[in-house]
Amino acid sequence: MSMFKRNPDPMGPLDYSRRFSLRFTVAVTLFFLYAPIIGLIIFSFNDSRRNVVWRGFTTDYYVKLFNNDSLMLAFGNSLTIALFTTLFSTVLGALTAYILWRYRFPGKAVYEGGMALPIVIPEICMGVAMMVFFARIGWPSGMMWPFNLSAITIAHIAFSFPFAAIVIRARLESFNPELAECARDLGASEYRVFRDVVVPHMKPGLIAGALLAFTLSLDDFVITFFTSGPDTVTFPVKIYSMVRFSVTPEVNAASTVLILLTLVVTAFALRMQNRNNMLGSAAH
Amino acid sequence: MENWKRSGRAFFAAFTPPTFWLVTFFIVPLSLIWLYSFSSKTGVTEITLDWNLGQYARALEPLYLGIFWKSILMASATTAICLVVAFPVAIAIVFSKPTMRMWLLLLVILPFWTNLLIRTYALIAVLRTNGFINNGLEWIVVNADWALSLVGLGDNRIVGPFEPLSLLYNNTAVVFGLVYVSLPFMVLPLYAALDRLDRSYLEASLDLGAGHIRTFFSIVVPLALPGIASGIVITFIPAMGSYLTPDLLGGTDSQMIANVIASQFKQANNWPFGAALSFLLMYATFFALAVRAVLMRKEGRGDAR
Repeated sequence: MSMFKRNPDPMGPLDYSRRFSLRFTVAVTLFFLYAPIIGLIIFSFNDSRRNVVWRGFTTDYYVKLFNNDSLMLAFGNSLTIALFTTLFSTVLGALTAYILWRYRFPGKAVYEGGMALPIVIPEICMGVAMMVFFARIGWPSGMMWPFNLSAITIAHIAFSFPFAAIVIRARLESFNPELAECARDLGASEYRVFRDVVVPHMKPGLIAGALLAFTLSLDDFVITFFTSGPDTVTFPVKIYSMVRFSVTPEVNAASTVLILLTLVVTAFALRMQNRNNMLGSAAH
Repeated sequence: MENWKRSGRAFFAAFTPPTFWLVTFFIVPLSLIWLYSFSSKTGVTEITLDWNLGQYARALEPLYLGIFWKSILMASATTAICLVVAFPVAIAIVFSKPTMRMWLLLLVILPFWTNLLIRTYALIAVLRTNGFINNGLEWIVVNADWALSLVGLGDNRIVGPFEPLSLLYNNTAVVFGLVYVSLPFMVLPLYAALDRLDRSYLEASLDLGAGHIRTFFSIVVPLALPGIASGIVITFIPAMGSYLTPDLLGGTDSQMIANVIASQFKQANNWPFGAALSFLLMYATFFALAVRAVLMRKEGRGDAR
């Protein structure tokens, strides 16, 4: 590893990153963070039901996964929920970011605090609140697919769009308001300015916010657990019920699929955000 | 920024949808359980709002006070371990070359994007009786015994037969799991604080004859204090309210407050009491956030000077 490569320059007093003790701590910490996950992925290819000792390579458990109807249904549910959540969260997040960025209005500090609430309150509190809310207002259950997923989707949107708003607002900071003034002077309506001047600039932020909402929705367990019923199982809820039961290669395979999916989406989001920052600093 | 009145209609067009969503699907549900926390359970499914504080009084019974206390202890232990582990990591990241820094930061953040449930499950595979740690230990014991038998001390006379350690389903497992999932929460604020630090102070301290340890405690720690405080709060809050980790890794006696709340809403079916507990947890969270806000403001003033 390049981390341990010998550096020809003499070590300066502040070259802490070149001290063995610190490198060792970093290496051990990273091992601690990654070894369990990597072990989980490796053992999803293990040819043994008991999943204790390595018995040889197999992809059987992935085949089994794709033939497991209830798991695939849960996966489909998760993707559907995530898709609708992404759509709504991006729009709501963009509007929130826009008004917070552009306007001064009475009670703005309180409004911002309210928008931050879904981010800061413990998940369990939001989970039980959602459960009580949908039970109390008598939200219809047992509807046709995909409408039976509406309660979960609504809850997901409620906690994801403030996150999306933060990402989109960060992007808006690099927007030059004079451009919007210009468009207005040239006779564009407010809607036109928003659609043709502000939104194009927002775009990388919108994409990053959308991807964030997607992963948040796909990964959520606690809030979903309290809003889902027996016929609206999502992928994480399904994995949870399998985990409670036992440690099997199927669970490892299912987990690996979810890890890969999240990683791909996140890598994409990071790229977008990077471009965001680069464009942002170039504009100044 | 302009006054909303200048373009009132556009403002309301953008303002209404997110506000509607936040109020209807977040504030109203929270208010609902807030009302429940002042209600009494009058039947199997009937709940009457009579504005009594009975649920909160019940939350102060020794049993529940004990669970609150236990949650605080576990979250504090988690925070303390994270702080001790994250500090050297943050220092190493801050003082490395820019490209290396990017990679290390990415490596620290990446587990964030792995599902919490999956990370906890991965730990079960590590800690269980037949898990990686116990299997590794067994291998060491068996081989040590074999090595000793070469000099005539075998048959478990010295090392003894291998007994798997019970690493799962106890409080230690919960703290271990909480450290595992919250470590990035601590590294990032520490990194941000150390990154802003003026290095000439460190050089001056070292030039004037203080050792690295002394420089750390009398220069780095005081200057990074707001970042440290922020890291502590950011790690403590989710640890305190965690549900999944104690649920999956804990035993019968390692229930934390979130697990009690969940069981009040599911098995015990006592919504008013669960609601009161939720709000106590939320107030604790707000208190921690207020502490952080005060500390951050102090830091802001320090910069202005």
